Amino acid sequence: MRKALMGNNAAAAAVKLARVEVVSAYPITPQTQVVEALADMKASGEFPGRFVRVESEHSAMACLVGAAQAGARTFTATSSQGLAYMHEMLHWASGARLPIVMADVNRALGAPWILWTDQTDSLSQRDTGWLQFYCSTNQEILDSLLIAYRAAEALLLPVMVNYDGFTLSHTYEPVDVPAQEAVDRFLPPLNYQYALDLANPRAFSALPKPKEYMRLRRRMAADMDRATVTVAAIEDEFARAFGRRYAAVEPYRTDDAETLLVVSGAPASTALEAVDRLRAEGLRAGSLRIRQFRPFPAAVLRAYAGRERRFVVVDRNFSMGHHGIFCEELKSALYGVKGRPKVFGTVAGLGGGDITVELLEEIWRDADAGRLDEREPLWMEDAR
Amino acid sequence: MLEIRFHGRGGQGTVLAAKMLADAVLRSGWGECMAIPEFGVERRGAPVLAYARISKETIRVRARVYAPDAVVVLDPVLAASPAVLAGLKPGGIVIVNSEKTPSAGRRWRWLAIPAKAIARSHGLGPRTAPMVNTAMCGALVAALEVACLPSLEAAVRDAVPAKPEENVAAAREAYSLARRRLHAAA
Repeated sequence: MRKALMGNNAAAAAVKLARVEVVSAYPITPQTQVVEALADMKASGEFPGRFVRVESEHSAMACLVGAAQAGARTFTATSSQGLAYMHEMLHWASGARLPIVMADVNRALGAPWILWTDQTDSLSQRDTGWLQFYCSTNQEILDSLLIAYRAAEALLLPVMVNYDGFTLSHTYEPVDVPAQEAVDRFLPPLNYQYALDLANPRAFSALPKPKEYMRLRRRMAADMDRATVTVAAIEDEFARAFGRRYAAVEPYRTDDAETLLVVSGAPASTALEAVDRLRAEGLRAGSLRIRQFRPFPAAVLRAYAGRERRFVVVDRNFSMGHHGIFCEELKSALYGVKGRPKVFGTVAGLGGGDITVELLEEIWRDADAGRLDEREPLWMEDAR
Repeated sequence: MLEIRFHGRGGQGTVLAAKMLADAVLRSGWGECMAIPEFGVERRGAPVLAYARISKETIRVRARVYAPDAVVVLDPVLAASPAVLAGLKPGGIVIVNSEKTPSAGRRWRWLAIPAKAIARSHGLGPRTAPMVNTAMCGALVAALEVACLPSLEAAVRDAVPAKPEENVAAAREAYSLARRRLHAAA
C-alpha cells in the first residue's frame, strides 16, 4: 500500500519489515525520527526486537558489534558528527565480518554548527570496509535497507545506506510499504555461521600475526570486489519480487548523449528533470546516477566512457586540499582507459544549499561548452 | 505539476498542512505528491515555510519551490510580507487566514478564509492562538480541486495529534466555504 511517508518513516518501516532483532542508536538531527519511530514501535509492541539505549554513537556501534557477533540481525542510524564519533567502531564491525546495517542521514559536519545535508560525513568513512549506497527517493530508502540485509549477510560485510538529510529524511512522498510475507520471502532469518556459541567457545578478533592479518584483509578485499556482482543479483531478485529495479549506476538518456551529469543522492532525481529540459532544446544531455559508492562500480562506469564524451560530476561533498570525492573516484576509475572522456568536477549544495534544476542545467551547459577546467573543481550555487 | 508554498509560524502546524495536502491527493488517487519542510532552527513563533508539489506524473524535482502556483498564509501578520508573493505565478492564488476579504488584484486571485474563527469554533488549540492548519488545508484542497472530501478527511484524521473529529469538521467547513466563495467569484 502506498502511504505518504518521510524518508525517516520509510527507514523505520524497513527495520520492522526486516525483523531486526537488535537496534541500538543515539538520536541526532536529522536522523532522530528513525530512532523515535523505532522506540514508539517498541513501546507499542509493534517492533518485537530489542532496543538498546546508549549514551553515544560509539557505544551504539559497540553494542551492535556484540549483538551481531551473537548472531542477531542489527540496525542503527546516525548522521554527521554521530557517524564521525562511531568511526573507529566501523572498522571493528567490518574487520570482524559482521553483517550490520546502518542508515546514515547525510548531514554536513561542523564547525560551524550546521544541520542540513551534504555527503562528507559518510564519504569520510570511505576506507572503513563498509558497502555504501546513496538513495534518491524515500521508496529507495525502504527498498535499499531490505537489499542491504541480503547483501550484508551474503558477503559478511556491513552496509551503510545513505540518504539526504531533510531533502529526503523530512520530505513526505508516496512509499509502497510491502507486505510482511513478501519481505519474509525475500529476506529469510539470519543464520550467522560464526555466531557466539556457548557449547563451542571461540575467541574473536584476537591478535593475529602480520601475515594472517594481511591474508584476512586480502580476503576481505576480494569479498568487497565481488560485492558489485552479488548486489546486482540481489537487486535483480528484488525487482522480480517487488517490481522496482535498482543498479549500482543508473543511466538516463545516455545513448547519444555528449555530456553526462554524474550525480548521487536526491539531486540525481532532480537531474532527470534537468536532462529532459536540455533535451527539449535539442541538446545531447544525459545523466548517470551513482547509487553504489563502495565498492566503487568502476567497471560499470568505464562502459559509459567514450572519446567524444564529457562527464560533469556534481559533488555535494568535498575533500579539502583536493576535489569533490565522487569526481576523484570517477577519474581514478577511468585512468588508463584509452581516449578517456573529459571529467569536470563541480561542488554544489554543501551544508544543504539547494541543487535546483536550473543549477544543474547551468552546470551541464558549462561542461558541454568546455568552459570548465578539468584540473580545478568549480564551486557552484543557485543565486536564489 | 502544481507547486504550493506555505507561510506560517513555528507551532502552527505549517508542515503538517503540507503533509495533509499531499496525503489527501494520494488518497484520492488524483496523482503524485510531495510535502517538503523548510527547516530552520525550529522555534515556536518564528516564521516557517513549507512546500508541496502535486502532479499527475512522477515528481522528480527535489528542491525548494521558487515559482508557486498557490501560496497559503497561515498567519495573517505574514500576509503583508513581500516574501509571500515572491515568485508567485501570474494567475496564481493566495489563500490567507483572514476575516477581511482582500482587495482583488489583477495579477493573482485572493481567497480569504476566517480560519482562526473556524478553528476556535471547533475548539482547536488555545483561544488566543487557535490551530488553523486543518481549516487552511481544507480551503486549499477546495481551491486546487485536487482531492475529494473523504480523502481530505482521512488525511486530516491521520495527521493530527489530537481532536481528530474537530479537526475534520474545521477542514470540511473551510472546504465548503472556499468552494462557495470561489464559485461566486467565477
